[in-house]
Amino acid sequence: MLARTERPSPGPLARAFDRFRLNGAALFGVCLAAPMLVFILSYPLWWRFQPNDIDLLAMNSAPNATHWFGTDGVGRDVFARVLEGGRISLMVAAGSTLISALIGFLFGSISAFAGRWADALSMRFVDLVMTLPPVIFLLVLASITGTGILPTITVISLLSWPLLARMVRSRLLELRERDFVTAARGMGAGLPHLLLRHGMPNCIDILVVYATTQVANAILLEAGLSFLGLGIAPPAASWGNMLNAARSTAVLEQYPWQWLFPGAALILAVLAINFIGDGLRDAFDPRAELH
Amino acid sequence: MLRSCLKRLAIGIGMLIALSMLVFVLLRLTPGDPIDAYIDPSTPLSPAAMADLRDRLGLDQPLPVQYIGWLQQALHGNFGYSIKRLDQPVLTLVLSRIGPTLLLMGSALIMAIVAGIAAGVIGAVRRNSVTDVSLSVLALAGISSPAFLSALLGLYIFAVRLGWLPSGGMLTPGEDFSLGDLLRHLILPSALLAVAQAALIMRYMRASLLEVLNQDYVRTARAKGVVEFWVIVKHALRNALLPVVTVIGSTIGLAIGGAIFIESVFNWPGMGLLLVDAVTTRDYPVIMGAALVIGACVIVVNLLTDIAYAVVDPRIKMG
Repeated sequence: MLARTERPSPGPLARAFDRFRLNGAALFGVCLAAPMLVFILSYPLWWRFQPNDIDLLAMNSAPNATHWFGTDGVGRDVFARVLEGGRISLMVAAGSTLISALIGFLFGSISAFAGRWADALSMRFVDLVMTLPPVIFLLVLASITGTGILPTITVISLLSWPLLARMVRSRLLELRERDFVTAARGMGAGLPHLLLRHGMPNCIDILVVYATTQVANAILLEAGLSFLGLGIAPPAASWGNMLNAARSTAVLEQYPWQWLFPGAALILAVLAINFIGDGLRDAFDPRAELH
Repeated sequence: MLRSCLKRLAIGIGMLIALSMLVFVLLRLTPGDPIDAYIDPSTPLSPAAMADLRDRLGLDQPLPVQYIGWLQQALHGNFGYSIKRLDQPVLTLVLSRIGPTLLLMGSALIMAIVAGIAAGVIGAVRRNSVTDVSLSVLALAGISSPAFLSALLGLYIFAVRLGWLPSGGMLTPGEDFSLGDLLRHLILPSALLAVAQAALIMRYMRASLLEVLNQDYVRTARAKGVVEFWVIVKHALRNALLPVVTVIGSTIGLAIGGAIFIESVFNWPGMGLLLVDAVTTRDYPVIMGAALVIGACVIVVNLLTDIAYAVVDPRIKMG
């Protein structure tokens, strides 16, 4: 007992990490996501086909030793395209998560610090954006920006920040009244200092959990947009536009490998990330240790 | 009670106005203006004539003035004309698509409520049994799989491989209308749409019933010898249903998102298909009209859910 108290007790982040390590589902998510990530990032080094290589002698061929996942209608390797689609998904997800986290944090913190009217107005705006079904907004915005990677990132970022803004706001409203913030203010700290030195570290749990779930959401939104032909346009590979190919009856009926593999990749990626996100949420929740 | 209802109503109306502003601003952000859109490029107009037309239509006025004018027309049901569909009024187009979408979403909602509540109750009563665990796993799969993927899978399994059901459309073309035909076309898309909602309802139902089953009054009911079935149905379920009511309201937004994908996979002639077609052909007036109508529906549904919730549960004080 005495020996234990002599060691410095672990900080909140270390305890969160310990809780995460003991969470079976979360570890399962990591075990699923890590190999996928390695495959996606390293495939050009070891896989013999590029995503847009056309093999005219093997159009619509079923999975075999040369083409593990078969080929599509113009003889492109489905395995390479699934991995390339993963890269694009990852890029869109990372980009939009970063941008939307930035917007959400700034919006939430400004609304928490800016006083009653600005706060009420901005929160009503957040209400409005959150009330509307996201897909509707997505379609309206996509119709303005057009297709491509950058427009897709923009659209998804513009859509995703309100939830974070609200969580950051409520955390900062609580922090604002704490003594250390009053002290910092008394010593003449400006808003940027307050936000970066006190706001950000105290919101780190919210930000991490938001980022994880947002990566999964962004992957789903990108796939959905591309599926409707509004996200990543062919010939660039994306899980969504590969699934879109299955809207032609021939592909759906006769060449199921062309859409089953990207579909499976999509589900696995989203499931894995959601498991990790749930694990992180539990890990950061201080009440979790009581149970 | 009345006061808080009125307050909610005022917020709802404010949201509607804000929504219309948002839609209007977005409409103006689109590339080109209505003149560019409606004038056929193959019979060009002189720049002077176009400027004259802009002047007559008020397009050179400041945005707030244009907004008021647009709002006046919109309140009278004039949302403009479609650019791509032979200049049909947007309102007629939207109204003709509401019926099929309501049919699809309504039947999906009924299925989701029945299946979700039943599965949730079974899960809570037989807690941690094989049935419960497999239901929970199914629910997780239902929540994680996006609508377009489950739609494709459903189409592949039931229409292509098994050949039980038609693969798309609302009625068999060229045949007389019959209810059986409609139902055969309806069952697959609405069941697939219901999956995600049912999964969500099931999760909430299970959690809420588990919580209620731990309450003292349930123990009292059991102690005085009430049969277990009636304990669940009369004492526990009624109280456990309350939070589920709000979840059902909030799944409407989810269902609208899902309906867009389901409609476009199954070629169901509803609002979603209209919206997707309009977006791919850049038919801005139709996009905005449809978005406005859908958004307004969601706001109204949320308002009704909030009020309904406060009516059923007197403990809720609306702020």
